[in-house]
Amino acid sequence: MIVYLLCMLLFLIGLYGVLVKRNLIKIIIGLAIMEYSLNLFLALIGYVRGGTVPILSQDLKTSVFVDPLPQALVLTAIVIGLATTALLLAVAIRIYKKYHTFDIREIKRLKG
Amino acid sequence: MKGITVIVRKVSQLLAGVVFLYGIYIIVHGHLTPGGGFAGGAVISGAFVLVILSFGSEIQKLNKSETRSSLLESTGILLFLLIAAAGFFLGSAFFFNFLPKGTVGKLLSAGFIPLFNIAVGIEVAAGLLTIFLALLIYKDEEDR
Amino acid sequence: MEGILIAVLILMMAGALYALEAKDLLSAVVSYGIVGFGLVICFLLLQAPDLAIVQIIIETISLIIMIAVILNSTREEIASRQRSFVVAAISLIFALFFLYIFNQATGALSRFGEHTMRMASAYVQGAAAKTGSANLVTGIVFDFRGYDTLGEATILFTAVMGVLTVLRLRGRKAAGKKEGAE
Repeated sequence: MIVYLLCMLLFLIGLYGVLVKRNLIKIIIGLAIMEYSLNLFLALIGYVRGGTVPILSQDLKTSVFVDPLPQALVLTAIVIGLATTALLLAVAIRIYKKYHTFDIREIKRLKG
Repeated sequence: MKGITVIVRKVSQLLAGVVFLYGIYIIVHGHLTPGGGFAGGAVISGAFVLVILSFGSEIQKLNKSETRSSLLESTGILLFLLIAAAGFFLGSAFFFNFLPKGTVGKLLSAGFIPLFNIAVGIEVAAGLLTIFLALLIYKDEEDR
Repeated sequence: MEGILIAVLILMMAGALYALEAKDLLSAVVSYGIVGFGLVICFLLLQAPDLAIVQIIIETISLIIMIAVILNSTREEIASRQRSFVVAAISLIFALFFLYIFNQATGALSRFGEHTMRMASAYVQGAAAKTGSANLVTGIVFDFRGYDTLGEATILFTAVMGVLTVLRLRGRKAAGKKEGAE
């Protein structure tokens, strides 16, 4: 259970980055760290001690497999994490081109 | 010393060919070994990213546009939907596995899973390449 | 095995803390790479090679586009204001409360490593006969749970379209032609 607690501590570090930091890039890094910690948590749930990779092969007839269901859920979540991070970075580029700073206190003017 | 020399460029072009072949191997053997469509698509996009990065500081001279890779991505997801709908049009349910299943462990087995792997591989590779090109070769609209 | 996993997790937490506190943005991005590559080692220790292949390539591409964004704009970090003691104490109390609640919640899960596969046992036993694929993860992703994969492919497509739209690489020609004709 210590492993679960450490995983959630990584999540809290990412949350600290999102809430406290003023630089936009640090906020994006914090969000990405939160996504990684949740993918790790899902993969940790399915682990069986002494299990092997969930692939049927000729010589291993009866053996204990690691749970394949959380792995199937995390497989697509990793690629989607990259896509959302890229979307956030595109918004960050547009903000920099307009305001010439990444500070979130300066970018408050809402009209064009 | 002027940055990226011609040795680096030629070696990365050769290596990109090997990485591309490895990506195709991961996609096609997706139902036998670890990997599948998502992993193989990511590796293929890594090969293209390697070639583009080997241009170094002359990257602004390329007029690489993202139109063709965006077209490939749309083709990939359309192929995915067509294979899924083919089960519906052949009289059974949507997503029904209509190809023969074969024996476990051979290359031609597992129904339509190899076709799905190829469609998802094309879509993921083209999607990641489009993201990379759009963020790297970003020109302000006043410069166009 | 659990000892190595805990050691890699502590290394990832150290990398994440430095990534958020670095004075230079480029050092922060390189330190964020520690978190990603440590995750690859964790996936290999948890017997999940599919996830390790995807994670290592995605992490490399993510580092490249972050460095491209930073080098196109600015590298410096904004100086932080003075932190008050009360705010730090309140946030520490909140973090401990959150961890306590989380500990109570995962008491209902089985212990780490003794997972009872109630849902997946039906998939594992029926996979060879019903799907015919040797890779169980691929069989679940594309055959047993095909609708989820359709949704995920749609999300990836939408995110790429979103990136192209935010950067104004699409939908600009119509406005340009209209202004040119007037």
